[in-house]
Amino acid sequence: MSPAGDRKAGPEAGEAAGPEATGDGGASDEEHLALKSLLGVWALAVCSPEETAAVEAHLPRCAPCAGEARRLRDAVGLMHREESLDPDPLLRSRVLDGCLRRRPAHTPLPEWVAPYDAETARLDALLRDMGEAEWSAPVRLRWATGERTLTLCGVLAHLGSVDGLVATTLGLDDPLGPGAPRTVGDRTETAVERCRAHGPPFVRHKWRTQTRNIVRTAALRAHEAGLAVDFTEFRRPLHEALAGRAFACWIHAEDIAAAVDYPYGPPAPEHLARMVGFVARRLPEAVAARRRAGLAAPPRRLTAAGAPGRTLHLEIGGLGGGDWYVPLDSPAALASPEHTVARLALEDAEFCRLAAGHVPPREAAAGREGDDEAVHDVLWAVASLSRM
Amino acid sequence: MPNERPDGTAGTTRPHQDHGIRWRLVRGEQSALAELYDGHASVVRGLAHRFLDDEDAADRVVAEVFAEVWATPGAYEPERGSLRSWLTELTRRRALRHLDESSLGPRARARLEERIRAASAAARADHMVTAMPGSLRTVLELAYVGRRDYREAAAELGVSEDETRRRLRLGLQLLSAAAQNGSEKAS
Repeated sequence: MSPAGDRKAGPEAGEAAGPEATGDGGASDEEHLALKSLLGVWALAVCSPEETAAVEAHLPRCAPCAGEARRLRDAVGLMHREESLDPDPLLRSRVLDGCLRRRPAHTPLPEWVAPYDAETARLDALLRDMGEAEWSAPVRLRWATGERTLTLCGVLAHLGSVDGLVATTLGLDDPLGPGAPRTVGDRTETAVERCRAHGPPFVRHKWRTQTRNIVRTAALRAHEAGLAVDFTEFRRPLHEALAGRAFACWIHAEDIAAAVDYPYGPPAPEHLARMVGFVARRLPEAVAARRRAGLAAPPRRLTAAGAPGRTLHLEIGGLGGGDWYVPLDSPAALASPEHTVARLALEDAEFCRLAAGHVPPREAAAGREGDDEAVHDVLWAVASLSRM
Repeated sequence: MPNERPDGTAGTTRPHQDHGIRWRLVRGEQSALAELYDGHASVVRGLAHRFLDDEDAADRVVAEVFAEVWATPGAYEPERGSLRSWLTELTRRRALRHLDESSLGPRARARLEERIRAASAAARADHMVTAMPGSLRTVLELAYVGRRDYREAAAELGVSEDETRRRLRLGLQLLSAAAQNGSEKAS
């Protein structure tokens, strides 16, 4: 293939009689061809000193080679990549909001889809910067009762396999194929096993395509926000399930970022607020589950379903925070501010990291007040929600 | 699919993908706008930054380019080229408009125009790196980024030294041609 740039070559090339004319008093055709084949490695400076010297002795005597040498050197200069200016993560929402002000969407993204949309886009942008070595870096995943090390591909496969439960609820294909297991644990094992056979580009592409399809389909079916997503261990309406998947995506993106030593910040406050809600709504059931397992104090008094009972006031600080009232004696009891026996205060991101098992309950930066046992039970219940 | 990037990202979109996203943008699907941004924002921003060498101005250009596409997606004609090249052209136009609005002297202006020309060439070369056949890209990256001697690269890839020299030369020729092509078109 001849470079299209020949036509635009400088004066030296213009003086040459023809593209293959050596214009050289000394070199034979054979030597000329051998030296010419070295021009690429010479331009990149990846040949031996002897070869460099031979090429440089040839160039002043051979106009075509000199022309090509200059063009190839320029091409090496073009390979300087200064990409990855780490665009401000806020730029995305700023730009998109600006667009929507100018032309409102006919099919907008429902607010409950936004955290998943933003978090998956953020992880995708992080993956864009990964080199080959980083793709094979071990990523350590931690949760309250265990830890596991996976490859980056394995982490994506895990995320995608659980997202697949949302996908199938929306009528999309199961990424693991028909007849795949339904429990989170089994799905993860299948996905991790399967991704060993594929390279990073394939796994990333599959994960990414599914996230985009989920966002798109959820937006088209916005009126079905209440659709139940079955995670085997628990069921959640679609709008909460997606907040949960956004939460998992953020936490594992942090794991990945830590493994390759990249900075990675928390989600936008309005998205964090939905993740906080996802966790807080599961707390009454988590307290009860620990009690059934003999890990939490028995109820102080039996409360009729729907009647107000002892309550813990959970104060989540930060822009993604708010006030939550957790019934202590039974999930069926009504939590009420008037029956508050304890208060627990945590920042929004700290609360989420506690629920992810990244902060042990003992070390959580929390303000505690009132009934110690109640505070302890709820702190441990938050952590008990963490999974791989 | 010779042009698909191995990671499947929108760096080099295939024509039917460009058609599909255009259709969804015309219908006003916000999810398509988000996909458009995620697939192309880093290219648009990188280019705008190279053009203007000013992060705030580059961010403004990004906002303007995507607002223009979203407001008038029908203006994109897939028959005439990829979505990516259309976005590149919009970015160049917007950057030039920023220059028009700034009160620069003729010499500073000439310098900036030269800069835009050079940045366009670099962007085309960048794109060529991602779009060239994998066998060429791998060895170029090994040599340029990995700083391998070509003999080491040959051994690592299990190809002959002759073939490695040939691939490196061919890869650089493609980059050079890509950079030149556009400057002819632009002038």
